[in-house]
Amino acid sequence: MKDKNHNRGNAKPPRYAQQFILFFLKRELAEEVLGDLDEQFYTVLQHKTLSAARRDYWFQTFNYLRPFAVKNLSSPSSNYSVMYKNYFKVGLRNLFRNKGFSLINIGGLTVGMAVAMLIGLWIHDEFSFNKSHDNYKQMAQFVQSQNKDGIKYTHEAVPFPLGNEIRNKYGSYFKHVVMSSWFNGYILGYEDKKLQKVGAYMEKDAPQLLSLKLLAGDENGLTSPNSIMISQSTAKAFFGLEDPIGKFMTIDNESAVAVTGVYEDFPFTSHFKNVHWLSTWDLYIAENSWIRAQQQNPNWNNNSFQCFAEIVESTNFKEVNQKVINAKYDNLDEASKYLKSEIILHPMRDWHLRANWENGINKGGFIQYVWLFGIIGLFVLILACINFMNLSTASAEKRAKEVGVRKSLGSLRSQLISQFLTESFLLVVLAFLFAVLIVFFTIPSFNQLADKQMSFPLLEPTFWLISLGFISLTGFLAGSYPALYLSSFEAVKVLKGTFLAKKSATSFRKMLVVLQFTVSVSLIIGTIVVNKQIQYSKNRPIGYDNNGVVIIEGLGNDYRNKYHVIKDELKKSGTVVEMAESSSPLTDIWNTLDGFSWEGMNANFKPYLATIWVTHDFGKTIGWEIKEGRDFSRDLRTDSTAFIINEAAAKYMNLPDPVGKVVRWEGGEHEIIGVVKDMIMISPFEAVNPAVYMISYFRNNNWMELKLNPERSTTEALATIEETMLIHAPDVPFEYKFADELYAQKFKTEERIRKLSSIFAILAIFISCLGLFGLASYMASQRKKEIGIRKVLGASVFNLWKLLSQEFVILVLVSCVLAIPIAYYGLNNWLANYEYRTEISWWFFALACLGALIITLLTVSYQSMKSALSNPVDSLKSE
Amino acid sequence: MKETRLGEFEEVILLLVGILDDEAYAFKITDEFKAQSGRKVSIGSIHSTLSRLEKKGFLESEMGTPSAIRGGRRKRIYSISPLGKQVLAASRDFKMSLWKQYPPFNLDNLQYG
Repeated sequence: MKDKNHNRGNAKPPRYAQQFILFFLKRELAEEVLGDLDEQFYTVLQHKTLSAARRDYWFQTFNYLRPFAVKNLSSPSSNYSVMYKNYFKVGLRNLFRNKGFSLINIGGLTVGMAVAMLIGLWIHDEFSFNKSHDNYKQMAQFVQSQNKDGIKYTHEAVPFPLGNEIRNKYGSYFKHVVMSSWFNGYILGYEDKKLQKVGAYMEKDAPQLLSLKLLAGDENGLTSPNSIMISQSTAKAFFGLEDPIGKFMTIDNESAVAVTGVYEDFPFTSHFKNVHWLSTWDLYIAENSWIRAQQQNPNWNNNSFQCFAEIVESTNFKEVNQKVINAKYDNLDEASKYLKSEIILHPMRDWHLRANWENGINKGGFIQYVWLFGIIGLFVLILACINFMNLSTASAEKRAKEVGVRKSLGSLRSQLISQFLTESFLLVVLAFLFAVLIVFFTIPSFNQLADKQMSFPLLEPTFWLISLGFISLTGFLAGSYPALYLSSFEAVKVLKGTFLAKKSATSFRKMLVVLQFTVSVSLIIGTIVVNKQIQYSKNRPIGYDNNGVVIIEGLGNDYRNKYHVIKDELKKSGTVVEMAESSSPLTDIWNTLDGFSWEGMNANFKPYLATIWVTHDFGKTIGWEIKEGRDFSRDLRTDSTAFIINEAAAKYMNLPDPVGKVVRWEGGEHEIIGVVKDMIMISPFEAVNPAVYMISYFRNNNWMELKLNPERSTTEALATIEETMLIHAPDVPFEYKFADELYAQKFKTEERIRKLSSIFAILAIFISCLGLFGLASYMASQRKKEIGIRKVLGASVFNLWKLLSQEFVILVLVSCVLAIPIAYYGLNNWLANYEYRTEISWWFFALACLGALIITLLTVSYQSMKSALSNPVDSLKSE
Repeated sequence: MKETRLGEFEEVILLLVGILDDEAYAFKITDEFKAQSGRKVSIGSIHSTLSRLEKKGFLESEMGTPSAIRGGRRKRIYSISPLGKQVLAASRDFKMSLWKQYPPFNLDNLQYG
């Protein structure tokens, strides 16, 4: 208190505030205002602290920033503002006088900016994946690399005991370790309402690990076994406005669970976006006898689970990876050590963009496309800026007289520079506004194309800051050259008419055209090859007939043992021709197992085979082709243990004549009765997996395949199927997929790249053509007199056209020569990703070059024909 | 065209100038306004209103005597001009007539002067 009083004695108003107010305040007001503020200051000081009084002084100071009190700062230099108004006026007049030219100029820049913005947003979105999770930097998933035929394969599937092993032995490195089931669809039920929802069974730390945004309940929601936490949208679907907490739901119409929490749906960019409910690990174990067996007798060889973890902040992934690498290997029995299993943490930040593994090492992934498109976007933008510069200088001569007049009337060079900079800013801002409009309206279709949910960041200050920086940069870069160049004209020469533009600028421009066309031609070649690759793999025989095949997932146990009844009913009604069940969907393989052996097998060979359980009618339903031997037959009881293998398996097993051979597996003997043609089940770009098909009516037959009767209409057939299904399994929501549509989805990524690269190629060509057009018109205007004289001396139109066009043809040919090796290199690398790939043949390059050449000639001919047809009198009379 | 209407805030300030009489300068008016209305306001906003009222011709002003607490600076003392008085009276009468037309308030008993 004493100190304060002591200070008060000689307290003075803040000096900087006084200086500040004197800086902006009208001089005539200074005395009264400062007096008032002093009085205010000392009055406040009587009741409050010194700092409060100072704060108040500043507050009062800022409150004097009002029109009536502020100096007219621009008044001493009002000439400037008048001049700037004039620059704008002249700039706009110029814009409207050369409508076509302005359109090209602004249009090119607009397109370039719009492309750059869209790509920028896209890249931003790609990098924002999973960032909504609070522990984004610490979270990871355990993956494992295993040796198979000498190559390490990496996958997310880990064995059951891993979670406990990590917790017990390496617990100090981890905040949370959570074992999880796969994210699969189950039937959720509440009273009479049944819906299929994707969800997962996880250990109790899941709410913290996934940083669930809880709307109801707490983070201990997965502590007692019969609990379920549901997403907001799921809660809405089941309970509407009711409070879901404590209500009992069912999973697959069997397990009863109480709702213990509601969480905000995961965002679209989250790895867990489809996970609409979480139930407990204990329930998962209790409901599945095969997992109970693993719990009682730890099985390190069955990789059927996922495991997520969050490391403590004091460590890093590199360190932890070194520790946990042998977490599985150390526990393997001698017979399995050959697998050389390695446990690796795959950090969350890499899940989306770096998910490819090659021989146990992370080899990037989608990030390649992100960089590729980033570079393309940057190139398109640079091309657009270069064009803008080119076109601005090309129109310079038209402005030369104006510069002369301004100079002779006393304009300084700096004033002319600012005039031309103002004009270029005007154009850039216009282009930017158009670009924003374009982006705003194309975002929905772009979202569809790129499978995104982006929105235009209208309210993001960062976006506007970047845009502002970008506008200034482009405006300055694009405007500086013309501004310096134009303002350097000598008034006397310009007005006398003896002015000649410098030649040196031309070769620079030619280089730019070469650059532009190199990019464009590479993009054209790229588009052709991507198209070809997709076409090639689409034409690949899939080995069966997926036309009119409907796939239904047999959710829960309600379909168990009803196969024959349903099949007979549907066949009798003429709805389906045939129906089968299988353990994997037609377009995937769910089990790849080992332990197969046969006579004559190399003792060191540890074969893995895709294992698919089917019913007798599987082959007939999907129309597989028997190459050797025969199909399964109901009449032969021995067929219940028989194997049918595919061609790839015959080769893999090194059995030239497999029919009749006996394979030992899981303690039984299985005779190979047939070989079928390879069927593409996983990827149309890779070799077909060696597979074995066997009969089962019980084990994991999760999928039903129905071949529709081609004589019936599809909608009618589906209605009948739904009716039949609902009679036999009333509690299972009816959902179906078409096999051919499922198969087509395998091309999704490639299709997307095809579309994006086509669009970018077209835009790059468009922008390049604008540049070419600008250059052509510039050249034509430079050689106006020359053409006039040639014409007078008898040159034909064709001669002149050839003269003006050949230069550009040469430029484009140079670009082609440069583009071919670049494109070849890049595409070879891209195609190397695909095992089943098309060849790059010479005609791709020829086609692209020819296309570029034709476009060039069309663009240039407009200008060259115009000047070749012009009347020489017009160009020569001024001399 | 000169703006001659009187806003609510302006009316209050005009009245305060009249009330404070010789002490009617920006700081005092601000102080008085805060005390009487309980609303927070900066000197700047009062000052801007004062200068607007002066421009409209409702106020007149002259520089007063210097004082020590103001660091030897003079203050600008405002007073209501004849036009300002007219406008104030007109505003009061207009409002009174409105009040009288509004039945729930029995204003006939109230005395003004």
